[in-house]
Amino acid sequence: MMEITEGSHAVAEAIRLCRPQVISAYPITPQTHIVEALAEMVANCQLDAEYLTVDNELSALSACVGASAAGSRTYSATTSQGLALMFEVCFNASGMRLPIVMSIANRAMGAPLSIWNDQQDSISLRDSGWLQFYAEDNQEATDLHFLAYRVAEDHSVLLPAFVCFDGFILSHTYEPIDMLSQEDVDRFLPPFSPYERLDAADPISFGMYATPDYYLEFRYEMDRALKESKAIIQKRGNEFGQMFGRDYSAMVEGYRLEDAETAIVAMGSICGTTKDAIDEMRDEGKKAGLLKIRVFRPFPDEEIAKLLSHVQRVAVLDKNISLGAKGAVALEVKDALYGSGIPVKDYIIGLGGRDVRKKDIKAIVALAEKGQGDMFYGLRREVL
Amino acid sequence: MVDKTLELFDCGHRACGGCGAALAARLITKAAGTETIVVSSTGCMEVFSTPYPETAWKVPWIHSLFENTSAVASGIEAALKKQGRKEKIVVLAGDGATFDIGMICISGAFERGHDFTYICYDNEAYMNTGIQRSGATPYDASTTTSPAGKCSFGNKRPKKDMPQILAAHGAPYIATASIAYPADLMKKVEMAINTKGPCYIQVHAPCCTGWGFEGEKTIAVAKLAIETGLWVNYEMVEGKVVKVKKVVRKPVEEYLKTQKRFRHLFKPTRQDAEIAAIQAIADRNAEKYAIDIKLKKE
Amino acid sequence: MTLSIGCRARPGKARNNKTGSWRVFKPVFDQEKCTKCGLCMTLCPEGCVHETEEGFVAPDYTYCKGCGVCAEECPGGAITMIQEEK
Repeated sequence: MMEITEGSHAVAEAIRLCRPQVISAYPITPQTHIVEALAEMVANCQLDAEYLTVDNELSALSACVGASAAGSRTYSATTSQGLALMFEVCFNASGMRLPIVMSIANRAMGAPLSIWNDQQDSISLRDSGWLQFYAEDNQEATDLHFLAYRVAEDHSVLLPAFVCFDGFILSHTYEPIDMLSQEDVDRFLPPFSPYERLDAADPISFGMYATPDYYLEFRYEMDRALKESKAIIQKRGNEFGQMFGRDYSAMVEGYRLEDAETAIVAMGSICGTTKDAIDEMRDEGKKAGLLKIRVFRPFPDEEIAKLLSHVQRVAVLDKNISLGAKGAVALEVKDALYGSGIPVKDYIIGLGGRDVRKKDIKAIVALAEKGQGDMFYGLRREVL
Repeated sequence: MVDKTLELFDCGHRACGGCGAALAARLITKAAGTETIVVSSTGCMEVFSTPYPETAWKVPWIHSLFENTSAVASGIEAALKKQGRKEKIVVLAGDGATFDIGMICISGAFERGHDFTYICYDNEAYMNTGIQRSGATPYDASTTTSPAGKCSFGNKRPKKDMPQILAAHGAPYIATASIAYPADLMKKVEMAINTKGPCYIQVHAPCCTGWGFEGEKTIAVAKLAIETGLWVNYEMVEGKVVKVKKVVRKPVEEYLKTQKRFRHLFKPTRQDAEIAAIQAIADRNAEKYAIDIKLKKE
Repeated sequence: MTLSIGCRARPGKARNNKTGSWRVFKPVFDQEKCTKCGLCMTLCPEGCVHETEEGFVAPDYTYCKGCGVCAEECPGGAITMIQEEK
């Protein structure tokens, strides 16, 4: 059913339809509208879930760990400082192979304190073993939650998943959303069937410690599961497309990329702006195209290498920076293209919520054509 | 009805011989029974009981992190509620995990009023990492981070009063217990798990390795702690002390002399002022909880 | 042995670790003096003291670490610690 709704509310509705049994919530801008909407649903008997107003984000994710281990589908949401506070719990949850789904309303990391959008928070947890989905718009932000649960809970995956969407830019904007019905979601997402759970009828010890004789093998198994989840993403994303007309089987998507000379690589809402900029550049005779990354973990290296194999140059838009090095996406794209000889330039852009406009994208393509890049785009030298 | 003949904490665990915490784990699981989910913090008990793939736990058990047992327990409680299941939830965490790093999570869980029992096995230091000082370390105890030396008598601060803190959170039932009195401990465990809401038990579990005494003396040392008034066994219902174990009190010296962690109070020279300060702590406990048995005068 | 998912295990394997090998001293139970009070069974940190089929109280030497708590606490003095013969 089509409705015009705020991104956060769309996500909350998506979660409601996923029938979580336990929700733990700690407020942080710009995720607050999600957890508030869920609280209202519970208070009005529209959502039959245990809703825990926890004392901090570390507790929020820890409660999800407990609930998931006990066999319940569970949910939380956070961003930036909150995600950083639950850093160790993120590694714990993935290591314990618990299919928790958490929304990340992407926000910059302090210091300096910033409530505005960039992708530093979730990208900084790329080592954690969580799947990472990035939404271009609120439709994707909504749909990716259904996909995330379906993939995470698969017994061959059993890893937690972040569904990332840009804070304020997506979370607080109204867009037309085709919202699935409860029957639709029930058809796509069956009830949670835990592989194992805490149960007096079959006692199991969860979270034992591993000596050096075993630790490597446990990490290998996680990496294998994450990499092999590509096939599950493909299968379920395709299924979603068959059922509802929107196909999510591809981890990356090209836009006017087939004959592009310059490929822009980006993740998240910036892709929307980029597509408009590309249309303008095409009208002006420039052969620019976009490679949108929708799934960042597992990293779609082969898929990227294949889709970019014909281009003359790559401009990566990074809404993050690995300080002292480069943008994380650029570094991984470079790795995927290693040996191809295709130049890859990195543009740090949009940090701390700085607006990215079509003309910025066009300026970046022009810089890339001149072989200039690996820079903080749009640095205000007058304030330095 | 819980079958108390069952051993739910298996042989083959790697605790030191004479370990107070191991005994506590055995007695607590015995009292709680099979329909229990145990949440453990990182620490001695977790480490000596679960080196993969050898687990000593015969009840469902989970270890997540050091500080978050209460939050994990909160999530389990919510899940069981939604699933309509009746298992009891028991947290087993050391004093470091409880008094220090776990404070935020335990406060939140108790404030939210979850139905679970939090049992702290108190060996009065971070034992698993090598005997470092915690908020539960008693005054003048020597630990590796509060060592006695030329210009120090050891730990400078008194023991944090966790039961009082949790009583202030509105916990319906709180108790202190000791492995020296196993039947009493088991009764309190039974009471706590059958009391709705967040309950707390603090169990004194002397550590032969960390405190410096022979393993065979574990029970004897635990008894002396109580007999000298440095540990008081009591129960609180709705925040009020209702029952206290009374003793014919012995001077604190009899307890202090048994452990290497207090050796510096006697050797090379006897530290009268420090021993008096510790006696004062015991005297204050005695007065606060009315533990002295008043002997009839002839 | 297949690796578990997420470092988990079902009960039982702790018994593979025969902690009796740790012993320096060994408790010997005098069945004449034993009053079957059960205190040793309650206080053993290993939980390895049991009533045998014949009705005696004895430790399982496969796991007994020889800590001496039982000997120390036995009210009837029925348990003595002797040096383990190696």
